[in-house]
Amino acid sequence: MIDLKQDYFALFGLVPAFSIDMERLEQAYIDIQARVHPDRFAHLSDTEKRLSMQWATHANEAFRTLKSPLTRGHYLLELRGVDPGFDTNTAMAPDFLMEQMEWREALGEATDAADEDALDELSRRLRQGTRALEAELARQLDETADLEGAADSVRRMKFLEKLQHEINDALTALES
Amino acid sequence: MALLQISEPGMSTAPHQHRLAVGIDLGTTNSLVATVRNGVPQCLQDDDGKLLLPSVVHYLPDGQIVVGRKAQATQATDPRNTIISVKRFMGRGLKDVAHVDTMPYDFVDAVGMVRLRTVQGVKSPVEVSAEILKDLRLRAERSLGGELTGAVITVPAYFDDAQRQATKDAARLAGLNVLRLLNEPTAAAIAYGLENASEGVYAVYDLGGGTFDISVLRLSRGIFEVVATSGDAALGGDDFDHRLFCWILDNAGISLPSDRDSRRLLMKAREVKERLSFDESVPIRLSLESGDEVDLVIDQQVFVEMTRPLVEKTLRPIKKTLRDAGLSPEDVKGVVMVGGATRMPHVQKAVGEYFGQTPLTNLDPDTVVAIGAAMQANVLAGNRAADEEWLLLDVIPLSLGIETMGGLAEKIIPRNSTIPTARAQDFTTFKDGQTAMSFHVVQGERELVADCRSLARFELRGIPPMVAGAARIRVTFQVDADGLLSVSAREVTTGVEARIEVKPSYGLADDEVAGMLKASFEHAQADMERRGLAEQQVEAARVIEATEKALLTDGDLLNEPERAALDSALGALRDAAAGNEVRAIKLQLEAFNRASNEFASRRMDKSIRSALAGHKIDELRI
Repeated sequence: MIDLKQDYFALFGLVPAFSIDMERLEQAYIDIQARVHPDRFAHLSDTEKRLSMQWATHANEAFRTLKSPLTRGHYLLELRGVDPGFDTNTAMAPDFLMEQMEWREALGEATDAADEDALDELSRRLRQGTRALEAELARQLDETADLEGAADSVRRMKFLEKLQHEINDALTALES
Repeated sequence: MALLQISEPGMSTAPHQHRLAVGIDLGTTNSLVATVRNGVPQCLQDDDGKLLLPSVVHYLPDGQIVVGRKAQATQATDPRNTIISVKRFMGRGLKDVAHVDTMPYDFVDAVGMVRLRTVQGVKSPVEVSAEILKDLRLRAERSLGGELTGAVITVPAYFDDAQRQATKDAARLAGLNVLRLLNEPTAAAIAYGLENASEGVYAVYDLGGGTFDISVLRLSRGIFEVVATSGDAALGGDDFDHRLFCWILDNAGISLPSDRDSRRLLMKAREVKERLSFDESVPIRLSLESGDEVDLVIDQQVFVEMTRPLVEKTLRPIKKTLRDAGLSPEDVKGVVMVGGATRMPHVQKAVGEYFGQTPLTNLDPDTVVAIGAAMQANVLAGNRAADEEWLLLDVIPLSLGIETMGGLAEKIIPRNSTIPTARAQDFTTFKDGQTAMSFHVVQGERELVADCRSLARFELRGIPPMVAGAARIRVTFQVDADGLLSVSAREVTTGVEARIEVKPSYGLADDEVAGMLKASFEHAQADMERRGLAEQQVEAARVIEATEKALLTDGDLLNEPERAALDSALGALRDAAAGNEVRAIKLQLEAFNRASNEFASRRMDKSIRSALAGHKIDELRI
C-alpha cells in the first residue's frame, strides 16, 4: 500500500536527487492530481471525499517541496538525516555575511530613495547568486556527497530567498 | 427525485443518469444561474425571458420578500428596506464597508458581520444573499423540472475566508447543496479556454459591480492551473457610480440628499455611466423630492478623468500578480475581460496598454462566469466520463497565519498556495507549568496582526504542566478545495487535542444557520422533514450507485470475507434508504462510510499506482 509517509520522490516515481527532470515531475504531479483531486469526488461519499482531500493535499505539498530548489535541497538533507538548522546554526562564513550586509544596505538605500530600477537590478543580481548556489548544491548533493557543505549552501539560499521577498515587498509598497 | 427510482433494491443503476447541477454567479449587481443541457452550457431565463437577476431584495411590511427587477423598481421609494449590492457586506464588519455614510440603510454593527435593520427585523447579509440564491434555485428547478443535485457558487478570487464562509452559509440557507465554491476568474477561464482551445499563459481581468480580481492561469490540454491571483474585494463598478454621484452633487449644488433622493441619484449615475461607454456626452436631468432640479451634461473625457484613479488602482494588483507568478506582461498570451464594468472603453484601453495587446472581449462579460460555473458543476456532479474531465488547480489569494509575540503575524500558508493544502507549525509554552495556550488566526499579507483580517481565536487547554519550552504544540492549517480553512492544535507529546473550524468569529454560528433555516417560511416544519428525508435518500442512492460501480471494476481488491462484509453493509444501507426514517438512513450511511473506508483507500492506491505506471486516465475510472 502506498502511504502518506512515503517519500516525495517515490510518490512521483523519481530517484531522490537534487538534479531532477522538471518535466517528469510536473507530468507525474498532474497525473496524480487527475486521480485524487477533490473535484473527482464531489459527488461521492464522505469517505472518498476525505481520502481525496488527504491525497490531493499530500500531492500538492510534495510537488511544492520538490519544485523549488531550496525546499528540494532542504528535503534531501532531511532524508539523509541532516538538519540545516535554520534557526540554530547562524555561523556563516565572514565573506558571505559581508556580502549580505552590502545587499541589505543596497536594499535599504533603494527603498528609501523609492528607486524601482535599483530594486529590479538588485533582484536580478540576487537571482544570479541563487543560481550559482544551486549549481554548487547540485554538486554537493549528487556528486561529492558533501552533506555539510550542502547544508551550508541551503542556509545561504535561505538568506537569499528572504532577501528576495523583502525586495518584492519593497517593490509592491512602491506601487501602492 | 429521479435518482430514487434507480436505487430500488435489486435494480441495476442506469448507466447515464444525468444529475441536475447548476452554476450560480452571485454578483454584486446581478446574479445568474446556468446549466449544461445536452452538452451545451446555457444561462437559464426567468418567466419574463430575462437572464440577469438584479441582486436586489425588498422586504415588505406584510412579510413578503421580493427579489430582482421588481425589487429594483422600489429602491427609490423604500430604500431602507430594499437591499442592493449586499455582496459588499458579506463577511464584513461595519468598519470594513466603504461609503457607509451615503448608504440609506439602518446598519446594526454586530460581531464579525454587519446586519441591516429592515421592516422584517434585523437581517444578516447571509440571509439577504440566500433570498437571491433561493430565487435562482427555484428558477432552475422550474426550468429543469426536478430538484438539484448540487450547485457551484462563484466567489471573487480575492474573497477571504470570512467572505467565502458567508457565501457557503447563504447557499445552505437557500437549500442548495454546494458542490464547490469556485473563483470567478477561474470560472471565466474554463468557459473561455474550452471554447477557444487555448494554450499558454492567460490573465483574467474581472471587474464586477463591487469586486476586482486578477488571475494568471496556465492553460494546457485539460489543465487549468492558477499561478497567482490578486485583487481588491472592495473595488468595482459601484465605485465608478459613486464618483459620478459625487460629481453630480457638486455640480448641481446639492448637499445632504435624503435617502430616497440619494438612491435616485445613484441609479441615475449608473445609467449615465453605462451610456458614457457609447456616447461622447450625456445629459443628466432629474427632479428630486427635495425640490432640487438636476440639469447637467457630462462629457466622456470628464468621466474618464474623474475615474482614472480607480482604473489605476486595478493595475497595482496586476503587477503584484505577475511578480508572484515570476512573469512579465509580454509572457501573457491573452487577457480575458470579465464583468460588466469592463465594458467601459477607458478600462479596456488601460488594460490593453499595460499588457501591450488588445484584451479579449468576445465572450459576454456578464454571463461568462455563470457559464464556466455550470460547466464545472456538470463535472463535479459526475455527469462526464473521467477521460473527458479537466483538472482545475486553484490557489488561496491571501496568506494565512497566526499571531506571535509582539502582535506579529507569522505566515503558515503563503498566498498562491495550490489548494487543497495543509501546513503545520510547532509552538511551545513560555512559562513553567503553563496548561493553556491561546491562538489567534489571521489572514493577510501585512506584518502586523492589526493590519490583517482576524479569522478566529481559540484556546488549547489541558496541556500537561511542563517546564517552559518543553511542550510541543503543533498547529495545523488545512485549506479545502473551496478555499475554506480549518485549524487544529494539539500537544504532540501527550496528544491533547482542540479542534476548531474557523467560523464562529464571523458572527454566524452553525446553530444560527440552522435556526434561520427553520425560521424561513419555505422551510416550514413538514417541509424541512420532507426535504431532510429526500436529501438523505439521494445521498444514500448516490453512495450505493457509486459503490456498485466501484465493485464492478475493482471488486478484486477485496478478499471474500471483506467482500461479504461490504455487501452486508450495502444491503443494510439499501434497506434503510427504502424506509422513511431520516435517522436510520443517516446511521447506516455513517456505518457504511466506516465499512467502505478500506476499499476506498485501496482503490485510491490502485489509481495512483496506475497513474505512475503511465497508464492513460481512461483505463481506470474513479
